[in-house]
Amino acid sequence: MTLNRRKFLGATAAMTGAAMLPRAVLAADTIKLGSIVDTSGIFDAYGKPMDMALRLAVNEINGAGGLLGRKIEVMAYDTQSDMALYSQYAQQLTRQDKVDVVHGGILSASREAIRQTMRKTGTLYFYNVQYEGGVCDRNIFCNGLTPAQQAEVLVPWAMKEAGGKKVYTLAADYNYGQITARWIEKYVRDAGGEVLSTDFFPLDVADFGATIAKIQTAAPDLVIAPLVGGAHLSFFRQWAASGMKDKIPLASTTLGVGNEHKVLTPEEGNGIMVAYSYSQDLDTPANTAFKERWSAAYGDPSALHELAISTYYGVHTWAKGVEMAGSVERDAVVAALETGVSFDGPAGKYTVDPKTHHATVDVHLMKFKDQKMDVVETLSQRPPIDTQTVCDLEANPDDNTQYEIQI
Amino acid sequence: MTGSLSRDVILTILVSAILIWIMPLMIATYTLTVLVIYGMLGLSLGLIWGFGGILCFGQAAFFGLGAYTYAIAAINIGESTVPMILAVLVPAVFAALLGAMMFYGRLTDVYLGVITLVVTLILFKFMNSTAGPQYVIGKARMGGFNGIPGFQTLNVPGDPSAFIWGDAYFYVCAVALAIVFVLVSALLRSSFGRVAVGIRENETRIALMGYDVRARKTALFAVGAAIAGLAGALFANWGEIVTPNLFSLSQSAEIIIWCIVGGLGTRLGPILGAAGLAYLKFLLGQQSMIDNTLIMGLILVLFVLFLPRGIVPALASLWRISFGRRPLGRIHQVRRTRNRERLNG
Amino acid sequence: MDLSFVILVEMLYAVASLILIGAGLAVVFGMMKVINLAHGEFMMMGGYATITAVNLGVNVFVAMLVIAPLIVGLIGLVVERLVIRHLYGRLVDTMLATWGLSLFFIGMTTMIFGNTTTGISTPIPGFAVGGYQINGYNFFIIVVSVLLLIGILAVLKTTRAGLVARGAMQRADMAASLGYSPDRIYMATFFCGSALSGLAGAVLAPLVGLVPTSGGAYIAKAFITVIAGGPSLVAGLLSSAGFFGIVSQVFTFAISPVIGEVALLVAAVILLRLLPQGITGRFLKGRL
Repeated sequence: MTLNRRKFLGATAAMTGAAMLPRAVLAADTIKLGSIVDTSGIFDAYGKPMDMALRLAVNEINGAGGLLGRKIEVMAYDTQSDMALYSQYAQQLTRQDKVDVVHGGILSASREAIRQTMRKTGTLYFYNVQYEGGVCDRNIFCNGLTPAQQAEVLVPWAMKEAGGKKVYTLAADYNYGQITARWIEKYVRDAGGEVLSTDFFPLDVADFGATIAKIQTAAPDLVIAPLVGGAHLSFFRQWAASGMKDKIPLASTTLGVGNEHKVLTPEEGNGIMVAYSYSQDLDTPANTAFKERWSAAYGDPSALHELAISTYYGVHTWAKGVEMAGSVERDAVVAALETGVSFDGPAGKYTVDPKTHHATVDVHLMKFKDQKMDVVETLSQRPPIDTQTVCDLEANPDDNTQYEIQI
Repeated sequence: MTGSLSRDVILTILVSAILIWIMPLMIATYTLTVLVIYGMLGLSLGLIWGFGGILCFGQAAFFGLGAYTYAIAAINIGESTVPMILAVLVPAVFAALLGAMMFYGRLTDVYLGVITLVVTLILFKFMNSTAGPQYVIGKARMGGFNGIPGFQTLNVPGDPSAFIWGDAYFYVCAVALAIVFVLVSALLRSSFGRVAVGIRENETRIALMGYDVRARKTALFAVGAAIAGLAGALFANWGEIVTPNLFSLSQSAEIIIWCIVGGLGTRLGPILGAAGLAYLKFLLGQQSMIDNTLIMGLILVLFVLFLPRGIVPALASLWRISFGRRPLGRIHQVRRTRNRERLNG
Repeated sequence: MDLSFVILVEMLYAVASLILIGAGLAVVFGMMKVINLAHGEFMMMGGYATITAVNLGVNVFVAMLVIAPLIVGLIGLVVERLVIRHLYGRLVDTMLATWGLSLFFIGMTTMIFGNTTTGISTPIPGFAVGGYQINGYNFFIIVVSVLLLIGILAVLKTTRAGLVARGAMQRADMAASLGYSPDRIYMATFFCGSALSGLAGAVLAPLVGLVPTSGGAYIAKAFITVIAGGPSLVAGLLSSAGFFGIVSQVFTFAISPVIGEVALLVAAVILLRLLPQGITGRFLKGRL
């Protein structure tokens, strides 16, 4: 594919009278887009669809005549779920390949591993994953959901559905889980409820028998479980197996991001409440059309998830910025994006929030039903309120920190 | 192990100078830096396993400890010289304590493997569960699964604002590896090193000669950990982030694989094994035909089956068979290994 | 009262699952003095075999108790013939080779099934004890592990094959001189050990989300349980599983699951320091 495109490009360039130029100069005529995600190793379930979505978006742009009359060339590296390789490939992309923009990173640690390299080398960076919020850096655009965007709407709704005020939280023991748990606590209190207890679990804990007994002793009205990964999926299994599922309702801010609702049987999953900006089952014309395009390119769209969609948005948002700026030069593109560019796609409208470089998105309240997500209510254009409390790039353009948001 | 130490030193300086000059022309220095660091890590296990006979399943623990010590100290102190020293000392002291516990308890073989494995697991689990705000050392948040980013990286001693990075950092690492290599050579040539090899060959005999086997093993173990700690600190500087993955079992496994592939009982083998396999992994990341874990596994199995002594010894003996004279000592050694294998079944 | 019953069940369950996890490794280690570091991956493959069979419409109990052990046993047989056979008597080399195998199997499974989490739901419903709901499947695991121990004991004590196996365990050369080929015995043992690993993986599969790297979670625990148990097979397994299971559950209930796991590991370090030959190296010597 790439080779053909290069040849094609070479031919076009030759026709415009640049036939004498050496090939290196021709290559500079493409816009280089770096991609750096895990397409093998334990995180490939997240990374593979992201890579596919990125290529889909690039092909769409190239198919429509490219960007500023130039084609986009993808330079992708597989980090094999190994943090050390992130640093290595980031250097490769910025110093050797000299790309114009980098999309990528999955875990927060991987983002922090490459963010400073991007900043130092002046390479624009898009991080397209739901994460714990608080990154404040003019060189980066984050268009994933942040905890408050979900918790703000999910918590009051789930409490209303559960018909009670007592909440028990089970969270993954890392930054995302810790911060999400704090936001959950805040919104539970705001809704007049109380958090009975918050338990944290490292990502490899797979045995929740004792915890389930503890929850029963505490007797909450609702369990909120921002648990992450394969081992934590065991909780939902064991919870259903002990027959608790129909006694205490469950809500989660993470379950389903990796299409976990398709792994759980209907008996295990039905009724679990979640809030995301995208689900495959969204019944909108834009989403149907998108899934058709996806099928045409890759076949079965069942691996699609929110992170892939964010990546798709990331590429298109960047492309809009480039078009508006009329150049791929970093400062011009950032300035253009800061005018509040928005892109309409399968998940509705994503708008760049100029103050934080995060995204204002539509959030859907959903319930699992027969291995699908059933939309109950859609709340349009929720701003990243958590990052907004600490980050103002308009006032402080030189900021370069990941804030821990105090609540 | 023929020739004198001074010849060794001169040879090392010559070869490493040539390599430091040539290699950057072929591979980007940034990648090269990490290969050098992994080489040092491989050497640390190669020393205690290949020459001391101590199979440590948790060499990654010392590597990670060095990296974390550096990161935490650098955040608190704000410059890099003291943290570098601490990053060598802390793992060494930790290993000395752990080693004393094991060797004075007369643990051997498999049991040693289990303990080192378990200690690594404990560290891994502990580091993973430090995401909460209560886990702070001085100014440094432990960060749990996400690790610690944003610490002061290596600077010119005495001037915290003069950072050493990019190409300069590669030269620092390469020279550090050369120095460590020379020190290891010197150690092995000293009476301490000879006794260590003796312990590997026959522990009881050395004990009966009146040497304190337990103390010597503990000391060697600590030296290995110090080297691994230095590699960890250099790695932290290179990646600019430390995560609990440094302590993971797969990291430990990789170190062992490097040593096996490169060749045990040699100084060069583990370094070449580490650099070669890490570069292979880097290259494999640019393709997606075959799963990389599968290839690594296959390499290990094939080496254990067909080339259990590793590449460097195999090449060396090939060289000797084709070109060299056969020194008497070597034949004795071969015969001795053969006898030992026969004895062990 | 209800709570203490729940805690008791959870403790029994913890002990039972440790026995299950350790059994395959213990058989291979006890008989052949071979440590199979691909044990966790054998369990993982047992899980995948079960899930695949169930998805193809096989009854879940048949899949768990018959198909998974058979398939994994056969894989073990191939592994033994191709790799392990050449390495008998070289403890460290077998560990390294099986470690390589474990990486190989992870890669293989990833290529076939992908890295997405899969699983099946538990076939036994939960039930109420007083004010508490208990996972009914816990009882199934407890029963399976008890039957397993009785089964191993019965085979070793009462059958001819068991007699030969015990003989080979003590003095392989004597067994050989009496006309029993150690090669054959080892082959059969490795088959049984692998099958047991497959069984364990299959039985535990409904409780967890399965990914190709799941084996890593088991291997350390299995390794520790078997080594701490010491030379005798059943007594060692039972005593160390009992000890570790109770220690980890006490801390899990009192503090948190993480502390429970760490307590298990710390207990292992202390135990091995005090009893370097394992529990049955000191007590219950000479039992099976």
